[in-house]
Amino acid sequence: MTKRTIFAAVGAATLLAGPAMAECSFENDTPVSMLSAGFEAWKAVSDAMAECGSFEAELDQEFRTKQPAAFAADPSLYALGGVANGTITPLINEGTIRPLDDLVAEYGQSLNDNQLIRIDGQVMAIGMMVNTQHLMYRADIFEDLDLEVPETWDEVLEAAATIQEAGVVEYPLGATMQTGWNLAQDYVNMFYGFGGEFVDSENIPTLNTEAGINALEMMRAMTEYMDPEYLVSDSTYVQQQFQQGRIAMANLWASRAGAMDNEAESEVVGLVETAAAPKATADGPPATTIWWDGVVVAANIDDETAEAAFRVAMEGLDSEMVQANNSAAIWLIEGYEPTRLAEGAIATLQSQPAARAYPSTTAMGLMHTALGNGIAAFLTGDKAAEETLADIEADYLTAAREAGLVDG
Amino acid sequence: MKPRVFAAFVAPSLLMMLIFIAAPLVSVFGQSFYVTQPVYETVEVESCTPGFPTANCVTETKSQPVRDEDGRIETRTLFVGLESYRNLLQFDRVGEYLSSGNWASILNVDFWAALRFTVMFTLITLPIVIVLGLAIALAVNNAVRSIRGPVIFMSLLPFIITPVIGALSIRWLFIGDGILTAALEEVLNRDIAMFAQGWTIELMMYFYRVWHVAPFAFVIFYAGLQTVNQDTLESAIVDGANRWQRLRFVVIPHLGPLITFVALIHLMDAYRVFEEIVGFSSQSHVISLQWLTYDFLQPDDAGNRAISRASASAMLTMVGIVILLIAPVRRAWREHKGER
Repeated sequence: MTKRTIFAAVGAATLLAGPAMAECSFENDTPVSMLSAGFEAWKAVSDAMAECGSFEAELDQEFRTKQPAAFAADPSLYALGGVANGTITPLINEGTIRPLDDLVAEYGQSLNDNQLIRIDGQVMAIGMMVNTQHLMYRADIFEDLDLEVPETWDEVLEAAATIQEAGVVEYPLGATMQTGWNLAQDYVNMFYGFGGEFVDSENIPTLNTEAGINALEMMRAMTEYMDPEYLVSDSTYVQQQFQQGRIAMANLWASRAGAMDNEAESEVVGLVETAAAPKATADGPPATTIWWDGVVVAANIDDETAEAAFRVAMEGLDSEMVQANNSAAIWLIEGYEPTRLAEGAIATLQSQPAARAYPSTTAMGLMHTALGNGIAAFLTGDKAAEETLADIEADYLTAAREAGLVDG
Repeated sequence: MKPRVFAAFVAPSLLMMLIFIAAPLVSVFGQSFYVTQPVYETVEVESCTPGFPTANCVTETKSQPVRDEDGRIETRTLFVGLESYRNLLQFDRVGEYLSSGNWASILNVDFWAALRFTVMFTLITLPIVIVLGLAIALAVNNAVRSIRGPVIFMSLLPFIITPVIGALSIRWLFIGDGILTAALEEVLNRDIAMFAQGWTIELMMYFYRVWHVAPFAFVIFYAGLQTVNQDTLESAIVDGANRWQRLRFVVIPHLGPLITFVALIHLMDAYRVFEEIVGFSSQSHVISLQWLTYDFLQPDDAGNRAISRASASAMLTMVGIVILLIAPVRRAWREHKGER
């Protein structure tokens, strides 16, 4: 590189940085750091926060392992944290994040009520986006075969049969059924769709019920139309199946919808549409759970740092950021214009009866693990439905006793 | 060597072993008899989460850990004796299956499924690794000198690759319509899904491990071949021994201690099989003991870890390795004494 190009590069960087710095409404000189997940929306938000100066973000997909310990330190290793409904649980339990009501009153005028995540009456997190699994389908195939967009899982199966018969694609259906977290999540969706409850108020499992069996049966019915390697297919795999035109439908994360129109990767640009998550029963809620992502502020920091951190966070969650990154997520923030691919997520959120938010409880964490390890045995035909559910309940109970949730 | 000098040389490594192996082992052994858990209380909590267009508020009863004055979670540690081992081994269920003649169902219990695979994996790969390693060593030893260098280099390559990366590359070759699956489909003219059932994944795991470890056996055996007594070999030729007889009665006895050594190392390594499970994401079909321990230690979203069961599982894994090693260690000991 010649001296001149270096000079030019530095010049360009300064030019870029110059106006960007000016976008922040105040000059921050208190060091603020944040630990969050590493997907696109967090990148957009942390870039916007960085405009205020003295800000450092760590975007790490292993954040859920690091966060509880990092926030328990005194002083906390990070002032801000990015969490979702599942990962806020340990922070709430250990009391390592602070209530935000005062800060919201002082600096949070731009927030709408929907963004205030309240736990026991106190604002504990500021929501920025929602995510949910909903139906994505190949509009061109549906049009060619004259199919209606399915609203229930029975209709999904009928449509899948028609598509398979017509021979458009070999396996019409995709699903995030990788053993472990993904498979458990799909089961949670379906189980809630059938109106099930995982545990009672004493944390005793209530899985082995009609809803439990129905959910299992429905998942097995789905696998008939899926690539036989479904037990290793995670979100990225299903997304690629869509992009390569190998599937026609899937109940997939809203955050993955944007990738369908990514011309560098996708062969089906403009052909994929989204719709509400299918229902398990005709008059039930959509068989899915609602997830939010948001920002929390550590408890173990002094009030000044907390104040600065909150103001920086507000800068990151403002309308300007949303307008610049409109299609990166289903934003909760003022100024968001839903895109074509956001329709499904919004339809899911609006449908009545409403889908549930994924529960932030300790019991659910244990149940999720037990489900993730146990359900595959039914799908592979090793165990009958009731035996599978009884074994998962037994697994959960062992773990719950060890964790102290259940006595005896 | 004087005892003092000997002690000075050995002390650092002994100290390291005490700190990093013995101490954790004792600690894990202790933890496997205790359970540390938070004290929970049941509370009614109203929580509001985003909905469209307005927030969704629900009231639920949930269990929440009690916090002391310092804001820390109150925990209690209970002595549970062998409870964690019982939870792992589930003898009551195993007994039920045995008495009902439903033997195969024992594999429904995670620990036994893991043990089945771990032991099979170890015992199947062991002879293949030794035979293959020896075969490569003999081939290289008999190859023309000029191509020996490149051949040795090529044969060592699999051993250099990081285990997880190696497993992942094989996974990508076979998953979905991976290159090799597609090629196989072409040749056999049928649809193949390597990741759809347990036995194909298991086959790939055996294949991968042999591919990865055989070079190690090869290097050891190749070194051993350089010290075979040439006079004995020549006199065997004079006596009219054919190639096979020379191998059987001269070379293999000479390599005996090395074979024991390779077997020892391989048993220890293979019994801790872990990379394959993660690399091939085979949890739904096949799990190993080491993976089971890891799974207990992985925190879920709510931050729960099953430390006690992980400790128990780790102890049982160690007991398994010790049992497997008894035979080769005794053999090595006898060979060692014989040499004196």
